[in-house]
Amino acid sequence: MSVELTGAEITVRCLQEEGVNYIFGYPGGAVLFIYDELFKQDKVKHILVRHEQAALHAADGYARSSKNVGVALVTSGPGVTNAVTGIATAYMDSIPLVVISGQVPTAAIGQDAFQEVDTVGITRPCVKHNFLVKDITELASTIKKAFYIASSGRPGPVLVDIPKDVTQQKTVFAYPSSVSMRSYNPVVDGNSRQIKKAAQLILSAKRPMIYSGGGVILDNASDALTELVRLLNFPCTNTLMGLGGYPATDKRFVGMLGMHGTYEANMAMQYCDVLIAVGARFDDRVIGNPKHFYSEERKIIHIDIDPSSISKRVKVDVPIVGSVSEVLKELIKLIKASREETDAHALKEWWKQIDLWRERDCLRYDRTSAVIKPQMVVEKLYAVTKGDAFITSDVGQHQMWAAQFYQFDKPRRWINSGGLGTMGFGLPSAMGVQLANPKGVVACITGEASIQMCIQELSTCKQYQLPLKIINLNNRYMGMVRQWQEFFHGNRYSESYMNALPDFVKLAESYGHVGMKIEKPEDVEAALKEAFKLKERLVFMDFITDQTENVFPMVPGGKGLSEMILV
Amino acid sequence: MRHIISLLMENEAGALSRVAGLFSARGYNIESLNVAPTEDPTLSRMTLVTIGSDEVIEQITKQLNKLIEVVKIVDLSEGDHIERELMLVKIRAIDSDRDEVKRLADIFRGNIIDVTDKSYTIELTGTSSKLDAFLATIERNMILETIRTGASGLGRGERILKL
Repeated sequence: MSVELTGAEITVRCLQEEGVNYIFGYPGGAVLFIYDELFKQDKVKHILVRHEQAALHAADGYARSSKNVGVALVTSGPGVTNAVTGIATAYMDSIPLVVISGQVPTAAIGQDAFQEVDTVGITRPCVKHNFLVKDITELASTIKKAFYIASSGRPGPVLVDIPKDVTQQKTVFAYPSSVSMRSYNPVVDGNSRQIKKAAQLILSAKRPMIYSGGGVILDNASDALTELVRLLNFPCTNTLMGLGGYPATDKRFVGMLGMHGTYEANMAMQYCDVLIAVGARFDDRVIGNPKHFYSEERKIIHIDIDPSSISKRVKVDVPIVGSVSEVLKELIKLIKASREETDAHALKEWWKQIDLWRERDCLRYDRTSAVIKPQMVVEKLYAVTKGDAFITSDVGQHQMWAAQFYQFDKPRRWINSGGLGTMGFGLPSAMGVQLANPKGVVACITGEASIQMCIQELSTCKQYQLPLKIINLNNRYMGMVRQWQEFFHGNRYSESYMNALPDFVKLAESYGHVGMKIEKPEDVEAALKEAFKLKERLVFMDFITDQTENVFPMVPGGKGLSEMILV
Repeated sequence: MRHIISLLMENEAGALSRVAGLFSARGYNIESLNVAPTEDPTLSRMTLVTIGSDEVIEQITKQLNKLIEVVKIVDLSEGDHIERELMLVKIRAIDSDRDEVKRLADIFRGNIIDVTDKSYTIELTGTSSKLDAFLATIERNMILETIRTGASGLGRGERILKL
């Protein structure tokens, strides 16, 4: 007779079978048996965070910066509710995660038991799928399904809720080698007729534009995208989520688009005649007011793995549902084989126009300022790290400056909460990035408001000796809130001043890290160099920056892409 | 426009709340919804009546398809289909009204399935608009209570929703 294992043993064995290196979590009553099994083995290393939100962000950063599924483990009740922000963050950005949550024993479900919450109900709108495992014999197959669903199709977080008694019960363990679900079969290949149509449209374009998003990163399609852009010599823009999908230092890259995108990217989006959207979803921060976007005529090709992303906000002419990397490869093949060529003359004129837009130098700022300009810190950071760091960010002005001024040439280097916009994401996600890339240089660009939302993780960084570099752009304001209040609320800075800030240097030191305070522009570069020399240490760099600096260009809410406020 | 969407889904706990949650989260209308297991006990069949523009209906079907437990989906109103709804209605019926109510029930091919000296309970099936029409013929204050199942439907002839 085969040996029977407990539910807790099975859970850990499943993680081992999936090749999980790290699990981010926080123990509690409902998961004690699982923690007991984690204790007895060393294949799956547990990273103890200081708050469950951070466990999710760390698993998320791990997933974004590697090609693996991130895994988190939390207890029932408050463990789960704390994790919800992190789950929703991953859901909005389509990040593959498996979240294992403890639940009160099955007999206690529905009794308002201690630390009971309807986990499946609470998380339902912000997961790709979730399961409550009431029967031990379904535990292994459910975990297998969770990994499969999380990482296939349009990725996303999947939660497996396991009642405590199920972790104690025993059954024979067999990990399924494959999954087949009649109700879930994500497409891979695009429709070949549609791809042919797209190729023809591309070759007929006079003012083409390639617009790519997070889907290119998630599907590891940046090589294919780069090949296509170079083959065609078309301009290319990336969304906030898509940065690194095309090398930012290449001349065909016109910068990020959208609310804080470059003038040239937004103008080219608005006035192109053929738009090729790849793994992007035309969201409100990208195209602004859809009516204004429609006011110019253009043909749109939209390649996406998720049919519901197509024609959701913008009607398209050639929809292609499929894996973006596969579709791009097909497209390249067809274009290479075609006897037709792109209209070189029209393309030359188009590039001339784009270069004129570029001359507006929309990202310029005062480089002679006597106070530190945040943009300058990011530029210096780029220089000091030779553009080769992993950059995480929180949410707000610093996030936009990071996106505008750090030029990402590689995918999976830019880690930020684009969809949900979760302040507190930067530091914990950087922990996951560092663990996934032990030799990588990892910097978290943040602000004094965001960093305080998960500052407790400085303790986790100490415990696991994670040598992160925290670039705190400290303007003593919730900068983006302040900017909107300046532009749209008559300079009434309602509750956006960060009063009673801690001494960040002392705070860092109290956690056993190195703290630095930089107040003069001329000290920025030297300080960064010094910090990055400390390869084994976490360095918290508190840059005291210009309080009134704003992010430009800006497409105000409800306006169109060509209606930017420029500096 | 009114659409009748029919779907096959895994007969699992929570599947219904995923559908209901999707509609409330994305702000879609549900006019009516009914669900029950099929001859294959692992599957449930749901009929949803919703109102929306073509774009909204397209999004609704795509979003429903995205739910992991939804196996197959068809918009019945895209082609020929049969639609039925069941209604039970209790009507105050005293003196001369008793004959009148019975006559109306006959005209609409309803069955009287419960009788007291003050009321009739009538069972009526048909398209939703037929049930509406029946109610419109009865004086409002005579209607004591009604219960409707919401529409169910099948495609005509060879239009079959099956695995």
